[in-house]
Amino acid sequence: MKLDEFFVTGDPIIFLSQIAIGLTIIGLVALISYLKKWKYLWQEWFTTVDHKKIGIMYIIAGVLMFFRGGVDGLMMRAQTSRPGLELLDGQHYDEIFTTHGVVMILFMAMPLLIGIMNVVLPLQIGARDVAFPKLNALSFWLFFGAAMLFNISFVIGGSPDAGWTNYFPLAGVEFSPDIGNNFYAIALQIAGIGTLATGINFIVTILKMRAPGMTLMKMPMFTWTSLVTSVLIVAAFPILTIALLMMTLDRMFGAHFFTVAAGGDPMLWLNLFWLWGHPEVYIVVLPAFGMYSEIIATFSRKNLFGYKTMVISIVAIAFLSMLVWVHHFYTMGNSAAVNSVFSVTTMMIAIPTGVKIFNWLFTMRKGRIQFTNAMMWSLAFIPCFTIGGVTGVMLAMAAADYQYHNTMFLVAHFHYVLIPGVVFAVFAGLYYWWPKMFGFTLNERIGKWHFWLFVIGFNMTFMPMFFVGLDGMSRRMYTYSESTGWAPYLGFSAIGSLVLAAGFAALVYNIYWSFRYASRDIGGDPWDARTLEWDTASPVQEYNFAVTPEVTELDQFWKNKKEGKNKLKKEEIKDIHMPSNSGIPIIMSVAFGIVGFFLIFEWFTLAAIFSIAIIAGLIASSFDYDDGYHIPAKKVLETERKWRGDL
Amino acid sequence: MASQTSTPLEYSTHQNEMNILGFWLFLGAEIVLFATLFAGYFVLEGGTADGPTLAEIFVLNDVLIETFLLLTSSFTMGLALHQMRHNNLKGMLIFTVITLLLGAGFMYMEINEFIHYVHEGATLQTSAFTSAFFTLLGTHGAHVSFGIVWITMLIIQLVQRGITPVTSRKFFIASLYWHFLDVVWIFILTFVYLRGVLM
Repeated sequence: MKLDEFFVTGDPIIFLSQIAIGLTIIGLVALISYLKKWKYLWQEWFTTVDHKKIGIMYIIAGVLMFFRGGVDGLMMRAQTSRPGLELLDGQHYDEIFTTHGVVMILFMAMPLLIGIMNVVLPLQIGARDVAFPKLNALSFWLFFGAAMLFNISFVIGGSPDAGWTNYFPLAGVEFSPDIGNNFYAIALQIAGIGTLATGINFIVTILKMRAPGMTLMKMPMFTWTSLVTSVLIVAAFPILTIALLMMTLDRMFGAHFFTVAAGGDPMLWLNLFWLWGHPEVYIVVLPAFGMYSEIIATFSRKNLFGYKTMVISIVAIAFLSMLVWVHHFYTMGNSAAVNSVFSVTTMMIAIPTGVKIFNWLFTMRKGRIQFTNAMMWSLAFIPCFTIGGVTGVMLAMAAADYQYHNTMFLVAHFHYVLIPGVVFAVFAGLYYWWPKMFGFTLNERIGKWHFWLFVIGFNMTFMPMFFVGLDGMSRRMYTYSESTGWAPYLGFSAIGSLVLAAGFAALVYNIYWSFRYASRDIGGDPWDARTLEWDTASPVQEYNFAVTPEVTELDQFWKNKKEGKNKLKKEEIKDIHMPSNSGIPIIMSVAFGIVGFFLIFEWFTLAAIFSIAIIAGLIASSFDYDDGYHIPAKKVLETERKWRGDL
Repeated sequence: MASQTSTPLEYSTHQNEMNILGFWLFLGAEIVLFATLFAGYFVLEGGTADGPTLAEIFVLNDVLIETFLLLTSSFTMGLALHQMRHNNLKGMLIFTVITLLLGAGFMYMEINEFIHYVHEGATLQTSAFTSAFFTLLGTHGAHVSFGIVWITMLIIQLVQRGITPVTSRKFFIASLYWHFLDVVWIFILTFVYLRGVLM
């Protein structure tokens, strides 16, 4: 392979990106070396097995990926802002909507949610850590390595360009001969391994590490949704694993799973992709529902209304989510009976979701509502998400879908579901749990700017798409003529996307401002909240709880607070066992990244040689009998005294 | 017998219980993984595109030997676990080594089988059917090979450390994995080979 094929050349935007990436890497390395922080980073972060730190790293990576995916989105809106524009050519546009989709779902939504779960979940159930701390670190580093691998595609080798769904035969070598889609197949495979491990890890954590007395029906709602999400991960991700394996074999090894001429079937890809892809939507949206439940209850000063029906609803949604995948391809030759069945199962999802919406509304009824930032996001979620839900039912009608299929109406629908359903929740969750991570709250006033810019920008950007979609604009069109009459709508949408971007910038500024100026004197429980995570210091001590809490009912922390029983007894504090840090996860991730890179370029000998490093990592892990260490009771006592005062 | 009235050693700590539950969940994921491969195989088994069908090329005799080797290895794995429960390290190691030899015999037979198919003109690239067939069998074979390496590493640890709560837990988990591969093979035998004869 020649050098000019290896590096993508010939496009000034990409050339500038290459320079920018090069300078950023050099700058970062120089800065860290100048500050002499390598040892600190290695010991405190890169090798950490602490769930809170892993969660923070997930969140940082997720926000970076949000920026990257957001820039892709802005470029798309700029390209379609006026008819006949040629800011990007068709090929470049294809690459950008492909990476936008992949990055936003798999490298933005997933890590941000899993990051918040990592921080909050063990705290909510009164545990010291997750069940398998080292595996947790491995999950993070695999995701991170995969994200980096996927992201270099646009300067090295070329980006995937067949859409985030990568339908065959378009995604096959015949129509996509460049290596771009290899990046898709391999990077997603590596990230998927990490996600599966996370799912298993969280299920075991929740089932086996709850505080004494916390029965399943006394778990906080966010824990419940995390549990159901984790089950969905374990049930759905292996399907993606196999679909990607088939894709890899077809593209790189000449197999014929999806080649019609050799007896293959492209519809097999569609079915497998959506058998994973539809549950994936709920994998990202259910934890968000959990966050809203916590936040709305806290800032309404009331119990969550209809706890039991909430639990039944999420289980029902999870179950139904596995039974609707065909609604993604009603128009691709199914019989009327098949389409009808999937039409009905799809519409049924509206029932439990509606139950949840009403439960949130009833939670607020007669509550003393505080309009904090976290609450504002939760309030904005309800109408925006309902628009997404109602248009979803419109799309679910198979006969009508022949009109909407593959139009901008669909694009508008899923952005109305995923942005309020995931992004608003992540923002709400960040404002809410920020003190648990960093020991200060984000600024409320700058937060309001963030909120209004983002929510208004979001509606401006995506609302017009419903109308151009109904008017026949198909998705993925990179340009259009004046005569279509879409120009005013798409122009408005482009302006909206700038407002949206300004909202994101306000969040970044808020984080910067709050790091510098926010008060550090906030105690453990700044929101007067209800669940166990607020029974710890802010930021949380490395061992989480000095003494494992005991639970007799839902919202135990709230009950204790009202009865004045939140005292820690000195004599109950004992030595605390902690797991040791490990360098193996990050080293294995590097090995996976290198092997993946060689596979993408189809340099199989090199890939085989370096996969020995992966096997060596597994063996080293198996022979590692490090049993961790103990934090002495005296030190625990000192730490607790520092934030609780007397003890 | 003491081992049958008290908690087995591999369940003796909370961390061990969690590891075993985690592995059961992993096996759940593996079931989905193989189910997907089977689904792909069923969709594509008719897609032979002028290439050979399974009935034309496979040797039932060899497949039955493979089945015998793998099923027997599952049995000896059970015996090894039985020895572990009786805290008999030596017996445990003997049966484990027999298990691995049977597993290696299975792999030898399967590799021969694959070479035979290639000589008959059926490769991964021949047709959609051969792609699905080799991927399903190859994934199972890769799992068996992985298991052989894994359990070999456990033998070293057992020799070094004896039967402890940690090594017994590791061995118990590996045995679950080994039995699982046996179950998958029974499905392959039934729904790939025997069905191939009938079709």
